[in-house]
Amino acid sequence: MNSNKLTNKNVKDERFTFAHENIKLHDHKLKTKARGYFADAFFRFTRNKASVTASIIIGLILLFALFVPILTPTSVQTIMDPYYAKKGPRNTILYNIGVNGSQSKVLTNRVLYYELGKGVAAEFSEENPVVTIEESRKSKYQPVVKYGKATEANYGDSSARYKAAVDQYLAVGFKYISIEQSRYLEMRAWEEEKNLKLFYPLIASNEWTFGEGSPDAANYWYKATNRNDPVKIVGGQAVPIPYAPDMVFEDNYMRDASNNFVYYVHTGGGSFETAQYKVRVLYYNYYQYIYGREPNYIFGTDSQGYSMIYRLSTGVRLSLIIAVLVSTINFVIGALYGAVEGYYGGATDLVMERISDILAGVPFVVTVTLFQLHFAAKVGSFVGLLFAYVATGWLGTAASVRTQFYRYKNQEYVLAARTLGASDNRIMWKHIFPNTLGTLITSSVLVIPGVIFSESMLSYLGIIKVGGATTTSLGTLLSDASAIWTSYPSLMIFPALIISLLMISFNLFGNGLRDAFNPQLRGSDS
Amino acid sequence: MGKYILKRLGLLVFTFFVIITISFFLIRLLPQEMPLEPNLQALIKARWEALGYNKPIIVQYGIYLRNIFTKFDFGTSWKIALTTPAVEVMGSRILPTVIVNLYSLILSIPVGISLGIYAAIKKNKWQDHLISTVVIIFVSVPSYVYAFLVQYFFYFKLRWVPTNVMYSLADAGGSYFTAKMFSSLILPVLALSFGEIAGLTRFTRAELSETLTSEYMLLARTKGLTRGQATTRHALKNAMVPIFPMLIASFIGILGGSMIIEQIFSIPGVGSLYLMSINQLDYDIFMLETVFYTFIGLTAGIVVDISYGFIDPRIKMGKK
Repeated sequence: MNSNKLTNKNVKDERFTFAHENIKLHDHKLKTKARGYFADAFFRFTRNKASVTASIIIGLILLFALFVPILTPTSVQTIMDPYYAKKGPRNTILYNIGVNGSQSKVLTNRVLYYELGKGVAAEFSEENPVVTIEESRKSKYQPVVKYGKATEANYGDSSARYKAAVDQYLAVGFKYISIEQSRYLEMRAWEEEKNLKLFYPLIASNEWTFGEGSPDAANYWYKATNRNDPVKIVGGQAVPIPYAPDMVFEDNYMRDASNNFVYYVHTGGGSFETAQYKVRVLYYNYYQYIYGREPNYIFGTDSQGYSMIYRLSTGVRLSLIIAVLVSTINFVIGALYGAVEGYYGGATDLVMERISDILAGVPFVVTVTLFQLHFAAKVGSFVGLLFAYVATGWLGTAASVRTQFYRYKNQEYVLAARTLGASDNRIMWKHIFPNTLGTLITSSVLVIPGVIFSESMLSYLGIIKVGGATTTSLGTLLSDASAIWTSYPSLMIFPALIISLLMISFNLFGNGLRDAFNPQLRGSDS
Repeated sequence: MGKYILKRLGLLVFTFFVIITISFFLIRLLPQEMPLEPNLQALIKARWEALGYNKPIIVQYGIYLRNIFTKFDFGTSWKIALTTPAVEVMGSRILPTVIVNLYSLILSIPVGISLGIYAAIKKNKWQDHLISTVVIIFVSVPSYVYAFLVQYFFYFKLRWVPTNVMYSLADAGGSYFTAKMFSSLILPVLALSFGEIAGLTRFTRAELSETLTSEYMLLARTKGLTRGQATTRHALKNAMVPIFPMLIASFIGILGGSMIIEQIFSIPGVGSLYLMSINQLDYDIFMLETVFYTFIGLTAGIVVDISYGFIDPRIKMGKK
């Protein structure tokens, strides 16, 4: 088209001027700051609310896994108290807002008053041997936190039922222990110093003693029938005491000839140091005597009696270490393998692809099992598991690197590099590889939740057993809880919750990374 | 197409054979454990001698292959069900696995696809955001967590179902298809379905929202179709191209089942048999399970690839 024909009839020719008449035309320096690929990806990532939230959660979990083991004193880490195993969360400071280690139960008269009786017995003192239930309700040793009104229901018998919350730590009540005399004196001194009561009178053995020889024998301290209904003795005859809030238990403590309470019996040994005594202690205080702390377990205790929060933090740490190691090793192997496959192509590719096919065909669970059966005894379960993950884990990475290499290797810039004399090595790693990094990083991050999940599943199924006395994995915690969680839900809730949180946040984080590195994929799969 | 299928089948046989060979040697090389009871020990030793278990391993391998091809004999169970052929032990366990997974698929496919379609149609509205958020949570949370949750709420709290584990065959009246058996399968089916539904929803939403924004949709609207017509006739059809092979893979996958769900709900399926075989070191069963899982995995892969060619005529198989 001729430019002369473009003149406008309404505008005179002289009013037209050349736009760039006095300006030199050349490239301007960019006024804005240039932003590289990674900076750009980071910018996009921070715009995604979901993945930022996920990063914060991951950060918090990381802090949890890092600092809880450090901040937990070694003395607390090693506490493994069999009587305080499988308990719920309890904390003396948060006691009144519900973190009281209690379990809700529906109790019969007999059991409710048995539990209340533990609190009554704990308030016993030489000066005031008879304590009412009302008085004991204020005691810090009363296991029954609260109980509702009696309800009559169809339970097969006509006795009343109460909905009660019972502190499972205090419900341990009293225990018989066997100690040496020196220890006994030491404990007596400790009682004085701390003003806490350890020793309580032993229980007499007579026709009103219930449950002799049972693990809870030290808790049956009141005179009772052979069904553990409390009785009082009137003229040598046992008369049942009707259950009521104002009832008074009649104690069945052992007394000596001069009617003093007996606190210990000699059970063996001769000299001062070796003499053995059987004593009855209030376990809650005895725990403080042994470990020098009150039983404060914010997440409760695990199936063996370790602090759950400590076990969880080491479990998260172990799971994350496995996951990150696997992800890193797979990244390296996958990148190398995929690069060679994709770059050289042809026969090399064909052979290497067949090898990948075969490895990919082996079911993962079989790989893990075989590694466990063959190597776990030699190199340990942890290393065996790591090998199993690495054996086939890199296949996905290799496949995606291979695709990317196929895509880029015939592009002009690669040809240009080759013309300029760049070696294969340089072309592969300097020119092509950086193009695959975005996809690679994304898939490596998404490996982490996969590993955490499968580790927990394999541990749960008992195929692998990582961790031991000092460390544990999340899956092991779950599998320990698997048979008993219906009675002790906290053992399952905390590990399951933290695994779910980890999975959700790592998936969100990975999706966010993918969207950031490949904006054209955004939302395609989320 | 035919040539491509043949080539894939050939590769499948080759891969399968190599995996089986490696697994056979690795499993036979594991240390054997004899039962403590002397009579039993003598019996097993005599049987092993007769079956050639004491010959060099390469000869054992020959015998193994020969027995498979001539008698379809994959060895014998020595621990779980003494001297019963492995194929029989496993055969009795396929049905429970298939039933549970089939029920789960019957539940999840319609729900998952409908939710996915709904989310894609309402893309970027609050319904879509709600579904997508719930989906990411449900996809991420491990299936055993659902198993505990459904057990806890539907059985221990609400008592909506009569049991928290699967009834044994005898308890349920001798068949897997009684109403009583079905009532005990509700919980495992639910536990399996949550993840499945979430996965399908996500996939359907992604595929359909891509087709909904494509140009032929614009054309369809321009030529006068309503939005509903265009969606069902054009977008949905095209979105089904990748969804369908995925469903086929799921159907093949039901044979394999879920080990952890079978373990938690004590379903006597192939997954729990696998666990039994490695706990009791019953190697012939372990070997058969390996063969089984490998076969399912490889078959699923090839069927999915080939089904693309049948579903979408545009995809020419075997051409790069």
